[in-house]
Parts: sequence; C-alpha cells; structure tokens
Amino acid sequence: MFGYFLTRLGMFIPTFLGVTLISFMFIRVLPGDPIIVMAGERGMTEERYQELVEKLGFDKPVLQQYWDYLTGVMQGDLGESFVTKKPVWDEFFALFPATMELSICAMIFAVALGLPAGVIAAVNRGKFFDRALMSSALVGYSMPIFWWALLLIIVFSGNLGWTPVSGRIDLLYYFPDVTGFMLIDSLLSGQEGAFKSAVRHLILPTIVLGTIPLAVIARQTRSAMLEVLGEDYIRTARAKGLSPSRINGLHALRNALIPVITVIGLSVGTLLAGAILTETIFSWPGIGKWMVDSIFRRDYPVVQGGLLMIAVIVMLVNLLVDVLYGVINPKIRRR
Amino acid sequence: MAELSATPPKTEDRPSALREFWFYFSENRGAVMGLWVFAAFVFCAAFAPLLAPYDPTEQFRNHILQPPAWQQGGSWAFPLGTDPLGRDMLSRLIMGSRYSFFVGIVVVCVAVTGGVIVGLLSGFAPKWVDTMIMRVMDIILSFPSLLLALVLVAILGPSLTNAMIAIAIVFQPHYVRLTRASVLSERQKDYVTSARVAGASKARLMFKTVLPNCLAPIIVQAALSFSTAILDAAALGFLGMGAQPPTPEWGTMLAEAREFILRAWWVVTFPGLAILVTVLAINLMGDGLRDALDPKLKRS
Repeated sequence: MFGYFLTRLGMFIPTFLGVTLISFMFIRVLPGDPIIVMAGERGMTEERYQELVEKLGFDKPVLQQYWDYLTGVMQGDLGESFVTKKPVWDEFFALFPATMELSICAMIFAVALGLPAGVIAAVNRGKFFDRALMSSALVGYSMPIFWWALLLIIVFSGNLGWTPVSGRIDLLYYFPDVTGFMLIDSLLSGQEGAFKSAVRHLILPTIVLGTIPLAVIARQTRSAMLEVLGEDYIRTARAKGLSPSRINGLHALRNALIPVITVIGLSVGTLLAGAILTETIFSWPGIGKWMVDSIFRRDYPVVQGGLLMIAVIVMLVNLLVDVLYGVINPKIRRR
Repeated sequence: MAELSATPPKTEDRPSALREFWFYFSENRGAVMGLWVFAAFVFCAAFAPLLAPYDPTEQFRNHILQPPAWQQGGSWAFPLGTDPLGRDMLSRLIMGSRYSFFVGIVVVCVAVTGGVIVGLLSGFAPKWVDTMIMRVMDIILSFPSLLLALVLVAILGPSLTNAMIAIAIVFQPHYVRLTRASVLSERQKDYVTSARVAGASKARLMFKTVLPNCLAPIIVQAALSFSTAILDAAALGFLGMGAQPPTPEWGTMLAEAREFILRAWWVVTFPGLAILVTVLAINLMGDGLRDALDPKLKRS
C-alpha cells in the first residue's frame, strides 16, 4: 500500500511542476508587452514602466524568473492583482468558500438523485422506468447548462417568483464571515430568515451545476450495477433466498459503488468548469466568476494564479481519489 | 497448379462489415433517431443560405422582438419571431447550424489527427519518451477543459477560430491516451510480431498494421467529442470569448439575448433548444456507435 502511494505521489510532483510551468508561461506568451497591456489605454510613464519590469522580474533571465516564481508559489505568493492590488492568494481563499459551498451542494444533489436513479434503472432493466430515467439522463448529459440556467430563471424567478436571480443572500442581512459558508454563517448569526434566504439563493445554482454530474452518476451507477448483478455471488445470494432489496442494496450496490466513487471524484474538474458558467449567470461571488471577470479586466496575475490554484485542486482531488481507490479495491495496489 | 490459384469457396453467411455494423447500430432505436436528426442538422448546415428565409444580419426595424407566429402578435413572416434588433430568429438559427457543424468538424479532425499520431508515437517509442508524453498529457488534463480553453482564448484573442484551436488542444489528451492504450494491447498480439518479423518498417507497423485495429474506440470518442466541442464552443460564445456578435452562433445569440429573458422567452429558448437537440442527437448516435463497434458489449 505504501509503495502504491509513493508511486502515485511520484507522478504528482512532475505534473505539479508542469502545471506551474504552464501558468508561468501564460503571462509571457501573451501577444504584446504584458506591462503595456496592463496599463490599458491610459499608458504609463517610463519610470513606472521600469518599476513594473523590475517588480515582475522581467529584467532577469527566464530560468531565474521561473525559479523565483516557483519558490514564490511554494510560499503562497501568487503575485498581486492589477486591479485591487491585493495578493491573489488572499483573494482566492476569500472567494473559494463560495465556490466550495455551491459545489458541495451540487454534488450532494447529484449523488442523492443519481445513485437511486441508477439503481432503479438497473433493477428494472429494459422496462419503462429504465428507459425514462436513462433518456432523462442523456438529456441532462447533453444539456448546455448556461441555457438550462436561463430557462430555470425564466420559470422559477420570472414566472413563479420563487427564487432570487443572483447573489448568495438578500442584502437585508449582514453578519460577520466566520466560515465563509453562507449556510453555516447565516445559522450562526441567529438572524431570522437569513438561513432561509441563503437556501433560496442556493437552489437554482445547485440544480444547474449538479445536472451534468447527476446524469453521469446515474448512467455510471446503472452500468456498474448491471455488471455486478450478472456476477455469480448475486445468483448465490438469490438462491439462498435473500430478499431482492437486500441483494440489490447490500450485495450489489456495495461493489457497484467502486467505479461510481471514482466518477464522483473525477467530476471535480467538471464541477469547477461548470462553476465558471453557473457563477457568471447567477452572479455568485466565487472563483469561477472571479476568473471570468479577471480575464475581461486583463488582470493577468489573477488569471495566472487562479489557473494554477484550480489545477492544483483538481490534481489533489484526483490524487486522493486514486489513493482511496487503492484502499477500497486491493486489486489496484498490487500492480 | 491451376487449382491453387482458384478462388476459395465464398462464405456467403458472413455479411460485409458495413452490413454487420448497421445491423447492430439499427438495433438501438435512439441511435437511429439521433442519426436522422444529425442528418437534418448537416442538411441545414450545408444548404443554410438556401433554407434561410432572410439574411441573418438583416434588421427589420418595424418588427423588433416580435413573438413566434403562434403567439398573439406574431406573424408567419417570422415563424420563430425576431430578436431585439429585429433580425429573423429562424434565419439566424439555420445559419447558426453552420458554425456549430464547422466547430465540430474542425475540432474533431484536429484533435483526432494530433492525438492519434502522438498516441501511436507514444505507444511505439522508448519508455522514457512515452513517460514524458503521458506526463505532458496529465498536465493538460489537470486543467478543467473549459477553463483552459477560456485562458487560451484570452491569450489568443476572442474569436471562433481561436475558440476552435483552444478546444482542439484541450481534447487532444483523450485521444492520445485512448490510442496509446489500444496500441499497447495490440502490440502484444501475434499478427504484429509476424508483421515485424516479415520486415515491416516502423511506420508501416504503426499506421498499416496496428492503427486500423485501434480505430473503434477512437471513432466512438470522436462522435462524443463532436458534441462536447459544440457545447464548449457555445459556452465560450456565451461568455463572450467565442464567436463575436453579430455572428449568428448559437451561444453568442444566447449571450446577446440574456437581458431579454423575462420579456421575450423566444430569443432565449430557441438557440438553446437548437444546441440541446443537436448535442443530444450526436450523443444518441455515439451510444449506438459504441454498441455497434465495441465487441465486448455486443449481444450483451
């Protein structure tokens, strides 16, 4: 087990270096002089230009620049935003809880509906339920989520007036940031209606972001269940006279869960990509919206830092999934 | 001697590869339906200028935000209504199919060609080259695809061409991995060894001997990434990083229509519906292709 972990970690380090190299190169392959671009239409004085060249280290050899960048990254220094002048690292962690809250809710939504849907479809293979569920799953999988978001806004915010269109909570409420998770903070604040408001703001973004993972999980659960249901030990369990619910729930689902857990882990990348669209549409103050805004504002240090941080998060989660996979499935780690 | 050169008796029971493929493909009703919709989509894209009633950029200033024909205030002159600038929705949607089709074709061709060549090289190259290629692919895969495409477009500048390049780059690693995996399993087989012993060159081994036997999963993946490419290009267009207005690209149309969602449902509904139906049809087709081409799933 330890050997497996070491091999997997050995793959992590070069990939991490490669990711830093890509985000390092990002600002340097931009067409034109990034400092001029940064200055925008106002232009800048010669002194200010020299000052910035020195500050960003453009006057040093490229290798030296990369080394400085890498050591900076290891110490949590991702540079400063051109616009807000705050450290990118701090901005990232100020906004990350919002994205995490949304992603966790979306994942809970996807798993809570996707797992039962997949199991029901597999157990009723070829029947009406199976067809209906799998057709819906395919529609969900093909869904342009930015359009799905607009449709939900038309119906639930426009026509029915049930949910708000943007933000995380009504402006009426103000309370200190304790955990960064609006659901928890609003409860802690003890203000009447704050929690309800936070929940209402979360509903639509959660559905939108959770739709594709939901479809993927339902499809994956169904195929994993079908595979397991054909195994000999299931027949044995049937022959023993166990009830179908016990066979499906206990014997089959437990083994079918292994590939499903992998899929859940690997959806993190999908979630973060989806968060870019979802947060932009619902004005959700998370890192997805922050990235898009920064790209439009040409706030390159933010784009560079955000790109790196998101990639590192995806890599860490994948590493975790692989390690967990080794723990659950002993066949893997003997290789 | 004459007997030796005589043609062997024909085995008439065995259908041609294409017939066999069609037999399995047509068993999946959804796939056949998907194929029909896709055919309609290709037809639309091919003959768009003939099918569209108006020029997609022509503005009818007297008919701004006119609802679809079946609604109060609509007219059959504009069956699906008009957008905030008075342009005919139907014409724009029909022209839009061209962009989506074009994106799909270009992205898939670039990604498949590049990915297959790199994957073949990786499968045949010495271990250290293989390791290096795979690490590079891991690096690309650690970025969420839409994010990487977005950043690439930010570097290259927002346009449909750059969006296509970015998406093709992002899709590449999937083909590399897929091809490499098939190559590694095919290389072990006897027919490859015998070809090598017979003196086949490396290039011949790669492209003539091994590649045709690795194609099935690549074709399935190509069908699926065709639809993902359309989705991603529309998403980039929606974020303002793909095709630029007034191009009637579906995602861009949605972005332009966003502020009117509560006033005019049709400007938002139809472009998205077009994306959904196209993507769904291609995904249905992809499922059918997988069932027909993957021998493991056959007859299961």
